[in-house]
Amino acid sequence: MSSVSSPYISPSASVNRMMLNVIMALVPGTLAYIWYFGYGLIINLIVAISCALLFETSILLLRKRPLKPYLSDYSAIVTAWLFALCIPMHSPWWLIVTGIGFAMIAGKHLYGGLGFNPFNPAMVGYVVILISFPKDMTTWFLPMQVSSGSLSFIDSLYFTLGLLEPQQWDALTSATPLDQYKTGLGMNLMISEIRQSPVFGDFAGVGWEWIANWWFLGGVFLLYSKTIRWHIPFAVISGMLLISLIFYVVDPDSVASPGFHLFSGGMMLGAFFIATDPVTAATTTRGRLLYGFMIGALVIIIRRWGGYPDGVAFAVLLANMAVPLIDYYTQPRVFGVNPPEDH
Amino acid sequence: MSTNPSVFRFHGGLHLDGRKTESLTRPLQHASLPSELIIRVSQHIGEPNIAAVKVGDYVSRGQLLAESSELVSAPVHAPTSGTISAIEERPVAHPSGKSALCFILIPDGKDTRYEYDQGWCNTHDLQPSDLLRLIRAAGIVGLGGATFPTEAKLTRANQQKINTLIINGAECEPYITCDDILMQTHAAEVIRGVQLLQTILQPQQTLIGIEDNKPLAIKAMQQALQQSALPHTSIKSIPTLYPSGGEKQLIKLLTGHEVHSTQLSFEIGVFCQNVGTCFAITEAVDHCQPLTSRIVTVTGPGVKNPGNWVTRLGTPVSHLIELAGGYSVQQPKLVMGGPMMGLNLSSDQIPVVKATNTILVLDHLDQPTAQECVRCGQCAEVCPAQLLPQQLYWYSKTRQFELAEQYHLFDCIECGCCAAVCPSHIPLVQHYRFAKSEIWEQRRKTYNADRSRKRHEFREARLLKQKQQDEEKRRLKREALAAKAAEQQKAQAADSSATPTIDAVQAALDRVKARKKAQLVEPKNTSNLTPDQQRQIDEANSRRKNINQDKS
Repeated sequence: MSSVSSPYISPSASVNRMMLNVIMALVPGTLAYIWYFGYGLIINLIVAISCALLFETSILLLRKRPLKPYLSDYSAIVTAWLFALCIPMHSPWWLIVTGIGFAMIAGKHLYGGLGFNPFNPAMVGYVVILISFPKDMTTWFLPMQVSSGSLSFIDSLYFTLGLLEPQQWDALTSATPLDQYKTGLGMNLMISEIRQSPVFGDFAGVGWEWIANWWFLGGVFLLYSKTIRWHIPFAVISGMLLISLIFYVVDPDSVASPGFHLFSGGMMLGAFFIATDPVTAATTTRGRLLYGFMIGALVIIIRRWGGYPDGVAFAVLLANMAVPLIDYYTQPRVFGVNPPEDH
Repeated sequence: MSTNPSVFRFHGGLHLDGRKTESLTRPLQHASLPSELIIRVSQHIGEPNIAAVKVGDYVSRGQLLAESSELVSAPVHAPTSGTISAIEERPVAHPSGKSALCFILIPDGKDTRYEYDQGWCNTHDLQPSDLLRLIRAAGIVGLGGATFPTEAKLTRANQQKINTLIINGAECEPYITCDDILMQTHAAEVIRGVQLLQTILQPQQTLIGIEDNKPLAIKAMQQALQQSALPHTSIKSIPTLYPSGGEKQLIKLLTGHEVHSTQLSFEIGVFCQNVGTCFAITEAVDHCQPLTSRIVTVTGPGVKNPGNWVTRLGTPVSHLIELAGGYSVQQPKLVMGGPMMGLNLSSDQIPVVKATNTILVLDHLDQPTAQECVRCGQCAEVCPAQLLPQQLYWYSKTRQFELAEQYHLFDCIECGCCAAVCPSHIPLVQHYRFAKSEIWEQRRKTYNADRSRKRHEFREARLLKQKQQDEEKRRLKREALAAKAAEQQKAQAADSSATPTIDAVQAALDRVKARKKAQLVEPKNTSNLTPDQQRQIDEANSRRKNINQDKS
């Protein structure tokens, strides 16, 4: 197989370029995140990315693989970045190390590394710590715009390193809009009553809705640069809108609007950045639509009936699991095999 | 007779950088004769040829050099006059760089033509059967690259009703311009070839498909078509999209019909032929000229003056490179054919054959290191066969050939679109070629094993049958003998004189018995002694007796 044979045209696209595009597309939303929620995200990102690179390097050494080609595909950075965006601000360092460790070792390299992992590594890491450390994973800070104060960069760093007592910042923390909505509904409150809380903005959470807009913009860049195809984001969003619309039309008092769902939690990030991970997504055209629709529908089902306020991570992992089946049953008709009736 | 923009689409395909202008800046030239021509004995798909001339023979241009009596074959003719100096193995264009039997022809520079007998070719009143004979005798093969003997294809197609004749002028691969320049300069001859094909096939319509990046060729062809006034023939401008020149892709583009993956195109009433082949047919029929030359594009970033040359078959690549001004790079990489499907040449001493449309000189061939497949699915988007290349790659790599076949590996036309877009830079087509050859090898082994087993079983059965037959024969013989004996007995019983005979037999048996009995008693060495010997023995015995008594 070593001899060179046709075609002799070198592809201009590369995996590294794709990953760089994803990182570039993440920048605007990340900046908006920092604008609304403070420096904590920067520290999260720094800890998560360095941790991911460290794990990646050591596993590659253990697996006796060359470092440069694997490290320069930037996939570890993308995984760490997505992970950092999912976890709460000012998470303790050990939480990040655990999550990233699980993502890189169990989620990725135990399966054989990039290209062989059936589950989205970032979501594997996130779900592991979400289930294992529920308290730490639900300590969310208020957006600075509606909060009585905010942490400085040094405070954030100390917080992450465990040098500050979390209790003294209780006033700055609050449940996320999705969480409040779930708790409120549990207390038989009307949507209109729940939305009295200052964390709600125009149609979703303050800050969150604008961050979601920026994720959308990043997604448009990914589509434009042909890093991703439209099928998965379109199917995720339409699946979500369709299912939530059905519930909303039936009972608008106790069900949040489709718009609220769209701009809350990990919806937009998930649709454009997480569900579109090519390695773990369906590959056929029809399969991608089905896979995306499944994620969108599952998010609403989990948000409505599940034990967690948001369901993007679980929905993505469940859909990942179905990918081999989806791909098998959505194979395109091969040219010249059972052609449709001729003209 | 007009450009019809209404064409059907095929799935996938690539918009490639054409790179065709380089070789179109110069007019079509005639390549000079090299110092020696290396003419492959077999230049077609099918049964191999057998040499018809010997070393040392003087041959003229167009004289038969090699042919085969098999159905699927095409003879080879001398490209110029000269002497056959050797018939030997020479490196040829082949995926694994192997050698093949070639005639070495030293041209004498006179280029005299071989005069065929009257009736070999005839410009008037040719019947389809005459045309077929002539096309075969002229050694014409599909010049689009497949090199399938044209006469064999026509004969098989003629057994069906052909509704549509398609003339392939797409020339979709980058760099290649030989068909383009042929249509620009020899449109009338191409159209004449189309007319001859129509005579043979009697199609209801003829469609000439040309990619829309060849406006000059389309114009020239339209003019020639108008002058010829061929009925039911039209030129269709098709969008420039690789691989529109693939036979099944072109048929889909022009007719909307999809050739079934197990079918040949003429089974749905469509016959496809390349423009170069049409020109070759005209040459044979109207000018009594067998296929001894073709247009070759010499181009690429590694050659100084790209262009097109009418080249004698057998011309070494190095000679064409010289005509094109030589190499412009330090380490040129040679490809016979286009950059998508061409063959990598091991040296420039390899000769031009009937299949050679292009000599592409690249400055580098290095393939970047492949990364793992990330299942992005871009390969599936561009695949004109609507396959799932990522699945095929996975099954080929892990040697799950049965699954690869289930995913229609053999519908892959190796166009290279998938590999050209793969962000992981995986040489996908190499993997498919490997899988295909492994499967063929397996099939060959299975076939051989089956055949051996069948032969063994047949032998066993044959031996068993033989044995049974022998036994039957013996039994019949025994029975016959017994019957004969019984008959004799009966006859003897009837005859009274038979009794003494039985006595005589009995007497003989008794004698034999007595003799045997006598033989059973072995004679001792003490019998038959003389009286003197007997006396001595007695004396010795008495002495022994005395001694024994003394002892006691």
